[in-house]
Amino acid sequence: MSVSFILDGDIVEIADADPTATLLDHLRYRMGRTGTKEGCAEGDCGACTVLLGELEGDAMRWRAVNACILFLPMLNGRALMTVESLAKDGALNPLQACMAANGSSQCGFCTPGFVMSLYGRSVGASGHDLPVTDVIAGNLCRCTGYGPILAAGEAAGPLDPGDGDLIPALKGLATGETASGRHGDRIWFAPRTGAALADLLAEHPDARMVAGATDVGLWVTKGLRSIQTLIFLGDVAELRTIEEGLDGLRVGAGVRYADAHQAFARLHPDLGELVRRIGGLQVRNAGTVGGNIANGSPIGDGPAALIALGAELTLRSRDGRRTMKLEDYFLDYGKQDRRPWEFLESIWIPRPAPDDIIHIAKLTRRFDSDISAVCGALSLTVRDGWIAAARIAFGGMAAIPRRAPACEAALVGQLFTFDTIEAAAKALRTDYDPLNDVRGSAAYRLDTAANLMLRLWHRERGEVISVLDLEAAHG
Amino acid sequence: MGERDPVLPVLAKPSHPHDSARLHVSGAARYADDATEPADMLHLAFGQSAHARARIAGLDLSAVRAAEGVVAVFTAADIPGENNVGPVAHDDRLLADGEVISMAQPIFLVAATSQIAARRAARLGRIDYEPLPAHITIEAAQAAGSLIEPTQRMTRGDAATALATAPRRLSGGFDVGGQDHFYLEGQVAVATPGEDGQIHLLSSTQHPSEVQHLVAQMLHLSSSDVTVEVRRMGGAFGGKETQAALFAAAAALVAAKTGRPAKFRCDRDDDMAMTGKRHAFRIRYDVGFDDEGHVLALRLHLAARCGATVDLSPAINDRAMFHADNCYFLPDVEIISERLKTNTVSDTAFRGFGGPQGMIAIERIMDDVAAHLGRDPLDVRLANLYGPGRDVTPYDMQVADNIAPHIIARLRTTARYDARRAEIDAFNARNSVLKKGIALTPVKFGISFTTTHLNQAGALVLVYADGSIQINHGGTEMGQGLYVKVAQVVADVFAVPIGQVRITATRTDKVPNTSATAASSGADLNGMAAYNAAMTIRERLTTFLARTFGCGTDEVHFTPDGVLAGAERLSFAQLCRKAHLGRISLASTGYYATPDIAYDRATHKGRPFYYFAYGAAVSEVAIDTLTGEHKVLAVDIIHDVGRSLNPAIDIGQIEGGFIQGQGWLTTEELVFDDKGRLLTHSPATYKIPTASDRPVHMTITLWDGENVEPTINRSKAVGEPPFMLAISVFSALTQAVAAGAPDKRALPPLDAPATPERILRAVAAHREP
Repeated sequence: MSVSFILDGDIVEIADADPTATLLDHLRYRMGRTGTKEGCAEGDCGACTVLLGELEGDAMRWRAVNACILFLPMLNGRALMTVESLAKDGALNPLQACMAANGSSQCGFCTPGFVMSLYGRSVGASGHDLPVTDVIAGNLCRCTGYGPILAAGEAAGPLDPGDGDLIPALKGLATGETASGRHGDRIWFAPRTGAALADLLAEHPDARMVAGATDVGLWVTKGLRSIQTLIFLGDVAELRTIEEGLDGLRVGAGVRYADAHQAFARLHPDLGELVRRIGGLQVRNAGTVGGNIANGSPIGDGPAALIALGAELTLRSRDGRRTMKLEDYFLDYGKQDRRPWEFLESIWIPRPAPDDIIHIAKLTRRFDSDISAVCGALSLTVRDGWIAAARIAFGGMAAIPRRAPACEAALVGQLFTFDTIEAAAKALRTDYDPLNDVRGSAAYRLDTAANLMLRLWHRERGEVISVLDLEAAHG
Repeated sequence: MGERDPVLPVLAKPSHPHDSARLHVSGAARYADDATEPADMLHLAFGQSAHARARIAGLDLSAVRAAEGVVAVFTAADIPGENNVGPVAHDDRLLADGEVISMAQPIFLVAATSQIAARRAARLGRIDYEPLPAHITIEAAQAAGSLIEPTQRMTRGDAATALATAPRRLSGGFDVGGQDHFYLEGQVAVATPGEDGQIHLLSSTQHPSEVQHLVAQMLHLSSSDVTVEVRRMGGAFGGKETQAALFAAAAALVAAKTGRPAKFRCDRDDDMAMTGKRHAFRIRYDVGFDDEGHVLALRLHLAARCGATVDLSPAINDRAMFHADNCYFLPDVEIISERLKTNTVSDTAFRGFGGPQGMIAIERIMDDVAAHLGRDPLDVRLANLYGPGRDVTPYDMQVADNIAPHIIARLRTTARYDARRAEIDAFNARNSVLKKGIALTPVKFGISFTTTHLNQAGALVLVYADGSIQINHGGTEMGQGLYVKVAQVVADVFAVPIGQVRITATRTDKVPNTSATAASSGADLNGMAAYNAAMTIRERLTTFLARTFGCGTDEVHFTPDGVLAGAERLSFAQLCRKAHLGRISLASTGYYATPDIAYDRATHKGRPFYYFAYGAAVSEVAIDTLTGEHKVLAVDIIHDVGRSLNPAIDIGQIEGGFIQGQGWLTTEELVFDDKGRLLTHSPATYKIPTASDRPVHMTITLWDGENVEPTINRSKAVGEPPFMLAISVFSALTQAVAAGAPDKRALPPLDAPATPERILRAVAAHREP
């Protein structure tokens, strides 16, 4: 079975597609569309940004993604726009014309990626409601200092993607069946239902499940690995549902971070701010909430925060479902409580009480698109001045994201005072024995983890505690 | 023709957009990797060293050769000529020969039918190493006395005596990290074999002539057998001045050996591990001063990590010494420059070329003196500026156009420095977690290659009989807008619209023996060479017109409305047709050599620079004293580009240079482990600034002035100087850290880059009693 997608109105079919060949290489070296650039081949620079379109009901939904870590089968049944798609009959579109006129490019190598990210904003793609800085947080430029690019983004108005004809065309591509293919001795599947996925996993328990490929993509582009059997999850619609209620939020494991962003922000603003800083938009447009948990990263950002909020997982297999506390899922470094034939179906996050005191912080060298040295999530329930409950969880402090029992014990049952917070901060230092690594020393991790307790206190006292909330003294 | 003063008389200097802007935004601009690959193209990868220093006892490449898709595997023994890709000392091996001297050093070269096949095979080499003692850090190399060349001294007066007699004295120091260039386009070269042993190379290089010469020597060819072409680079910043040669030579070797076209497109992580970076420095100082903060004596020690080979380190470290005065008069001074040989990838050119490290040293000293006196650091800076009677640098060059005091005074007012400093003090008194800081720092940067013979350039201007014009010169386009500036110069000479000028790729078969496009000199040198070429043709046309129409040459005028000759008026195209029929040559080369510079490296005295470019910046920052996070809140810049050739391009260089400098001093950290392995070898761990790191408030104003020297249009170079404006960010961060203990008369111990961890450590250290 071939991979089929629509590019500039034409159906492109790739017979016998290599399931881990990247879209970027295919565009550049097979199709001669060299406008899309490789800057890093690991989803960190955005020079390869393209827009991927899919049907959501009867509407087109576009999203900016990194072509360098997008495997060909992930295109199947979708529509694609590259930088070459934009100029019509040689005439630049208004965004391009503005960027060309205002100095948005110097060396020009990153430019097509910026054009696509900003064009996505203009055509209402996923994340278009974010500030321009967030829309291009996953695009690196080394020449301009970003000013003219930001200005062009601010000036750009809505544009019509002219995608009306795509809707029937994409419907025509959809078969309703599990897509699959073979390339030499390597095979891939893209099931469309949870039941089909469960059956496939039962037959191929050694298969590698791939959701957004923001992690697995690097196994191939950097690790040069060959993966024998792949199951792509992007077509399983039931994994992409969000049920938001008074009690909490149920998020399908396949929900991309970009799509969960607003619902997470409604649970707590700090959670929204955390999601804003998970990868760049292209990464959040591909990476899923479930993938962020299932891959078992010791940092993972999402897990620490969700543990502190009391999240539960539902795992599913052909045998049925089971649920567990999120913190119980992580057993040890690289080891999770998932049987090979199970898949993560959904995450339940209870809604915090309005007066819960919550502070979530992601500490990085750079604010945007960086991996945490420490990701801390502190949740206190205070009744009449007494701390009734505490859930303190950290990523980046141990082999797995996990809670801080000594710190929690120092909090619960105590008056919510500075002395209590200081004592809890001290206790926190006994909860973890973090590593020295490239993102921070053990001492830095322990110091800042403890200091986050103090930051929570100062914020409760009404002090501004983030440099991101400051303005210059400049009038 | 250096005597010409080309204040171009014809047109205003409009801010033409970058010549390739429309191609950039539509994805149509072609880079070296974008040409259609021939079916028989080979793809290349290096087998890399797993040790920082070792003897290679055995090399078993059988698994590499047997791997799927592999066509050929080469080692040092297969190189017909010189096994060298180094520019000066010829100590950079294309492929290791018996010994490796840095981690990830290329040992063997794989050519395969696909890129992934080459890369996979390159990991299959079985190499027996006998590890040898390796020096990874500056301290280790210092302890071992491991140097790439003897320690250099630049002295004036008697620093020791002046230190001993100064009313006040302090010593201090700090470390400044290196920097990866992180050009968005990685290293790439495509070699195509031609007839009779010739080689054509598409190379992403700032220095086509050097690639040509090295490849010729490597293959036992003459330079005339090798042609190097580069239309544009996707960023370079110095990282493709010498470093491109490795990949070009590898591609050329495979093309020569196999007779097939060969492409080396380096993976980003390999690129970061294998190519040189900005030099890390350890800076120590002993300074004597008076109660007003006048520096009376300085002994400055600059220790640089140079890596495993010489590369350009001597000139880079010289430039660090040249900029250790910045804008300040240092009466009795001794600058000691220690160039340490380490078993790390050889450090190389990077925007500023050592200047930033020298300059941040003296700016740190100004902050330190101010902290000890309890004064506003700006007052100390003002007290030390060059001025009448105190206007000679430590290398005996007179500071002829000392405009720094004027720029600083203007910026102090326009940026409301004093009022904001008071507001920031009030903010710091109110807030316990967040602290702010502000700083104003100036820049004076010397323009010219300090290796004097490099200050020359050639150009070729071809005027066709239809009036269209092609220009070519030795400069390369890496995004800095050189091509459009030179095109403007040529268009102005003939008074034609810039669209009539076709800019063509830089090629060694058009202009020979060129210097690297570096040292910010691209427009100064090539603009003048192109001007001279165009003027030669214009003078021929003028003579022809005067003869044809019987008027004086002074009655011939090239205007936007056509060429006037007495009472006659012709379009430029009509003139060209007429001149061609009249058998007038419409092509010319042009040449330029910078006048008046001379420098004696043995004594470190002379006039290494044709002129200085100036600027100043005010930065306001905030830090979080609980996490070490920081944010640059506001930046105001006034910068001197002389009389700008293209204000929009120049402002773009200033802004981009500043943000790159900000990255150097804040988020960009190179971390090597104790085995010498670079741990920050990808954008996942090495963090250049993103859009949100650009301060929300950022103003850039061009200083209204002109070069005192007769440069092209009386403009000044702009590529490097603005990079150092970002030192204001580091000084402001220091002030913010100091605000944690405002009454303490000491400078917080902050190293660069000021990562959250370093800021947090400095906050804690400064608060200690």
